[in-house]
Amino acid sequence: MASLLMMLRRRSVDRQSLKLTKYFSSSSAEKLSRPIEKILIANRGEIACRIIRTAKRLGIRTVAVYSDADRDALHVKSADEAVHIGPPPARSSYLKATTILDAAFRTGAQAIHPGYGFLSESAEFAQLCEDKGLTFIGPPASAIRDMGDKSASKRIMGAAGVPLVPGYHGSEQDIELMKAEADKIGYPVIIKPTHGGGGKGMRIVNSADEFIEAFLGAQREAAASFGINTILLEKYITQPRHIEVQVFGDKHGNVLHLYERDCSVQRRHQKIIEEAPAPNVMNDFRSHLGEAAVSAAKAVNYHNAGTVEFIVDTASGKFYFMEMNTRLQVEHPVTEMVVGQDLVEWQIRVANGEPLPINQSEVPLSGHAFEARIYAENVPRGFLPATGVLHHYQPVDVSSTVRVETGVVEGDTVSMHYDPMIAKLVVWGENRDAALVKMKDCLSRFQVAGLPTNINFILQLANHWAFQQGIVETHFIERYRDELFVDPSNSDLAKQSYNAARHVAALLAACLLEKERSNGPLSIWYTHPPFRVHNLATRTIEFEWVSEYDLNNESKLTLSVTYQPDGRYLIETGEECPGLIVQAAQLGSGCFRVEADGISSDVNVAIYTKDQIANLHIWTGQHHHQFKQRLGMELADDDGSLDKPRLESTSHPPGTVAAPMAGLVVKVLLQNDTKVEKGQPVLVMEAMKMEHVVKAPCSGKVSSLQVSAGQQVADSSALFKVKEEAS
Amino acid sequence: MLRALGKRTAAAAAASSARSSWRSEKSLLRQSRALSIGVLPDGVDRTSEAYEANSKVMEGLISELQSHIRKVMAGGGAEAVKRNRSRNKLLPRERIDLLIDPGSSFLELSQLAGHELYEDKLPAAGIVTGIGTVHGRLCMFVANDPTVKGGTYYPITVKKHLRAQEIAAKCKLPCIYLVDSGGAFLPKQAEVFPDKENFGRIFYNQATMSAEGIPQIALVLGSCTAGGAYIPAMADESVMVKGNGTIFLAGPPLVKAATGEEVSAEDLGGAVVHCKTSGVSDYFALDELHGLAIGRNIVKNLHMAAKPGNDVVQQAAREYKEPLYDVNELRSIALADLKQSFDIRSVIARIVDGSEFDEFKKLYGTTLVTGFARIHGQPVGIIGNNGILFNESALKGAHFIELCAQRKIPLIFLQNITGFMVGSKSEANGIAKSGAKMVMAVSCAKVPKVTVIVGGSFGAGNYAMCGRAYSPDFMFLWPNARISVMGGAQAAGVLSQIEKANKKKLGVQWTKEEEEAFKTKVVEAYEKEGSPYYSTARLWDDGIIDPADTRRVLALSVSAALNRPSEDTKFGVFRM
Repeated sequence: MASLLMMLRRRSVDRQSLKLTKYFSSSSAEKLSRPIEKILIANRGEIACRIIRTAKRLGIRTVAVYSDADRDALHVKSADEAVHIGPPPARSSYLKATTILDAAFRTGAQAIHPGYGFLSESAEFAQLCEDKGLTFIGPPASAIRDMGDKSASKRIMGAAGVPLVPGYHGSEQDIELMKAEADKIGYPVIIKPTHGGGGKGMRIVNSADEFIEAFLGAQREAAASFGINTILLEKYITQPRHIEVQVFGDKHGNVLHLYERDCSVQRRHQKIIEEAPAPNVMNDFRSHLGEAAVSAAKAVNYHNAGTVEFIVDTASGKFYFMEMNTRLQVEHPVTEMVVGQDLVEWQIRVANGEPLPINQSEVPLSGHAFEARIYAENVPRGFLPATGVLHHYQPVDVSSTVRVETGVVEGDTVSMHYDPMIAKLVVWGENRDAALVKMKDCLSRFQVAGLPTNINFILQLANHWAFQQGIVETHFIERYRDELFVDPSNSDLAKQSYNAARHVAALLAACLLEKERSNGPLSIWYTHPPFRVHNLATRTIEFEWVSEYDLNNESKLTLSVTYQPDGRYLIETGEECPGLIVQAAQLGSGCFRVEADGISSDVNVAIYTKDQIANLHIWTGQHHHQFKQRLGMELADDDGSLDKPRLESTSHPPGTVAAPMAGLVVKVLLQNDTKVEKGQPVLVMEAMKMEHVVKAPCSGKVSSLQVSAGQQVADSSALFKVKEEAS
Repeated sequence: MLRALGKRTAAAAAASSARSSWRSEKSLLRQSRALSIGVLPDGVDRTSEAYEANSKVMEGLISELQSHIRKVMAGGGAEAVKRNRSRNKLLPRERIDLLIDPGSSFLELSQLAGHELYEDKLPAAGIVTGIGTVHGRLCMFVANDPTVKGGTYYPITVKKHLRAQEIAAKCKLPCIYLVDSGGAFLPKQAEVFPDKENFGRIFYNQATMSAEGIPQIALVLGSCTAGGAYIPAMADESVMVKGNGTIFLAGPPLVKAATGEEVSAEDLGGAVVHCKTSGVSDYFALDELHGLAIGRNIVKNLHMAAKPGNDVVQQAAREYKEPLYDVNELRSIALADLKQSFDIRSVIARIVDGSEFDEFKKLYGTTLVTGFARIHGQPVGIIGNNGILFNESALKGAHFIELCAQRKIPLIFLQNITGFMVGSKSEANGIAKSGAKMVMAVSCAKVPKVTVIVGGSFGAGNYAMCGRAYSPDFMFLWPNARISVMGGAQAAGVLSQIEKANKKKLGVQWTKEEEEAFKTKVVEAYEKEGSPYYSTARLWDDGIIDPADTRRVLALSVSAALNRPSEDTKFGVFRM
């Protein structure tokens, strides 16, 4: 019993695996003539790796597919076979149904697992598989179709007695009519595309006069993402919780639920922390919710894994059906952790025609699990997706209670073509508090360097008092904005943070010196400490502290190091700051034990070089700090007119507006020499299917606008300038 | 030291854990075979009165030394240092720290040169010299201190510069000149300019060293006026720093006086002029840090790999043991009263690896101790004094030097010598002949030689024990050292007898008081001139060192001296 069961709680493993064997084998008579022996995984990244793992454990061979961008990806290496399916853009590779089916035929795969995203909720694809004689590991095409259209799904749910949020789900999409319907429902109103998910194209409209712009934007995004631009309207619940129920059905009409997950904490309408079971929920409510979810699934003759999403009005305690996701969800591991089951195994068994291994009353619920989604993203820039190279990537060690679901390894690139998720950290504890403690510890040990991530932010979230108490709702992040986000202009906090950074910089310096020392030549001229006649050797180390604060030049740290005769370092970081006696011992690559002022602790250091700048990351205690150091003095240009390499990788003249992310310019709203007001939209960019409006930073005249719609731009490249009008 | 220890223990632990039991027995055998039979005893009685007295006196001497050093390290004073900083210039030692390999050692020479030599204070003689590594290659650094009299050359400054070049020439060390000097100190031009060993010799040395393939690199970090201009001009490669570096034969005031042309220093001889137009300089640096970085790069590209030996990183890393006894105890062994004696072996025991010393001719000529040892793994031959040199001791010394010269083993002289034995018996035995043999051997031996005066250095003993005149590669003093042709009291005795005889001839009566006053004067003069500070101020040595640093300084010096390829020795005619 290999990897996945290892990760499920040890306590339940033996019992559960026995149970699985018993139930599945007892129903062997009902199996299809030939069970699945080879699966093609029509996906990439962590979910492809996740599916491969279970398949391997079951002795099922696997076929990966990959685009040019994923040629060396982990999922490709993990699979028994891999087939190239096209260029990087998803629509030319991972969304190309025919190419994927062809790959299945060429490799002799009998089944296709679609994972999540891409083709997972395409009824056409599911149908195509069926037509071509391949097993689609997922629900029947009809169920996908029924649930994929949000308006249709609500009609069906309404008929089945599942509670619905008041709204308009009509096919008539005339803008005036839509506005009238919105007015009828009463603001705030939420606008959603009828197809697709993941929050793409969603808009909240607080008042009647915002409606038109939001509606048009939603239509555009829906068209871009899903090819269908039908929109629905709903009452917007101001303090909602997002609770979803994992359901599972077999081909024999059995449907059960595996309890609920709370996914309320979201940013940009996308989940970042999920947990199971939902906190602060009574058992009565839990079973009502589960029953409603089972009814929903049954109403569409569902089989395989699905998730029924509910919106819970915290004010009234009522819950309403939102949508059903007809696939395995990103956050399925939290359910696996609390019920002790492998859902991918269930999926395969169900696809084979076997009945569910247990009935509703046998579903265990034990402990509490969290999932934190670690994204490459720019938190201060509104969680904009980030791209770059994972120069250093060292996730926490996995155990029976800690899972790291990832599809990347150190050195991989997070490209603009796909979802920027790096990993999912899943932890289990006896209860919510225990699980939370563990998650925080794991987060602070989770090392990523090379691109910005949301790790610090999730940690901040996990440390928030309201989250600790399980008082969650979908507006959690907005509501506690001030407590969760760093205010770059808060000089008191900046000072505090700066002092902490200074201390950490001293630890970092000691680690660097220790590294240099242990790598130094073994010659009398390089003995430690270095010799000086009647003097102690000193040196100066300069760091640029990378912080979230506006520090102007305050971010520069100058450390003066004096080698002590006993081999330790006296490190002074400023006149008003007492010197620190530091000693470091290297334990492994990048891993040090540092003693400073009598306290010794573990310190992890990662270094990578980019654009003549050394990027230094250090993890110590709960914190992760980043510093930069200029290199390559010896390579500076001879020409006096050229400046030395700057610490900022790119810099633009004042007034320049730079691209906040790498992406596609979808619309340019203004031309050069147009007068703009501060905050006026100038152009619209799109990355990872998210639109982002680039606005004028100040009032003035637009100039140097060189980009046009359809153009791909790199992160931080100049888009346009706004010349301030002389008043 | 710590590192070496750490590496060794780690390696040993890994090795031992990996080995099976039979192999560890074998290695034990090998170890015991490698053990020296010559481990020196501690030899120090820590409860003795002398030990306490010596410690106390040495403590005073070291604190005096350190107070002098602190003044030297402060350069030309707070005001001048501040002015220097305001020009975005670093101090000479800071410049060197940035040039040498990070975390490596630097052997600074003659820190107290110029000490109380002139009416003006001249810390470190206004120039910092020393040896360090750049990209693993040993280099000689010569750095003007612009905070000391504008970096101008006093006679002693010239002498210190020339001494650095002498070492570089001998040890084949690439020279890096960090130039920031106003040229010769004009009021003392007569002592600076005309003679053979004066200012012009600097450029002569540059030319001849360059001819020998010893790289000459100049970093122009400040002004290089008049004669100073030839330092970068004569260099193989030179770097100039924009804004601060200037090179011209005559500065703007002199140009105006001579030709009436009005021109700024930068336009006359700045980096732009010399890198773009005149070609006097080869590399353009945006600022000092950039200039120093280019300097490192030049050394990286020297391709000294083509020359054997010149890469300390390439020097085989040897395993070595630290001495068994505390090196700091050397401070208590050094004699407070030079009339007392101590066993030089207690010094040797604290400077050689594992305190292992395989003595040669231990029972013969016992006032000279000779033997083989290692320092940081490097084999050395050690010659130390344990009293007056007799016939036998001198013959033994000559024999031992011959041995080392033939085997190309570096020699270390530990001087504590009052001289050769005098008297009729000694003369009749041919002490002069025996002494001459040792002097001949010392003079001609081509192996690296390093001398440390750990006590007295008097008379011909100084010669036989490789005093300054015998061109040891390096020579250092302990703070308790004394150097003179003879002791003050002896000299006073000799001189007063001659004076008395002269006066008697003239029929003048010399009272007891007059004679005593005469003697006191002589003793005082000898006391002053025999002091280590008097010596080091005049560059009769390469520096006063803390006895506790002796092992490190010897190791670095020997390593630097071994930078040159070994040579065969050819002795002259030994008087038999």
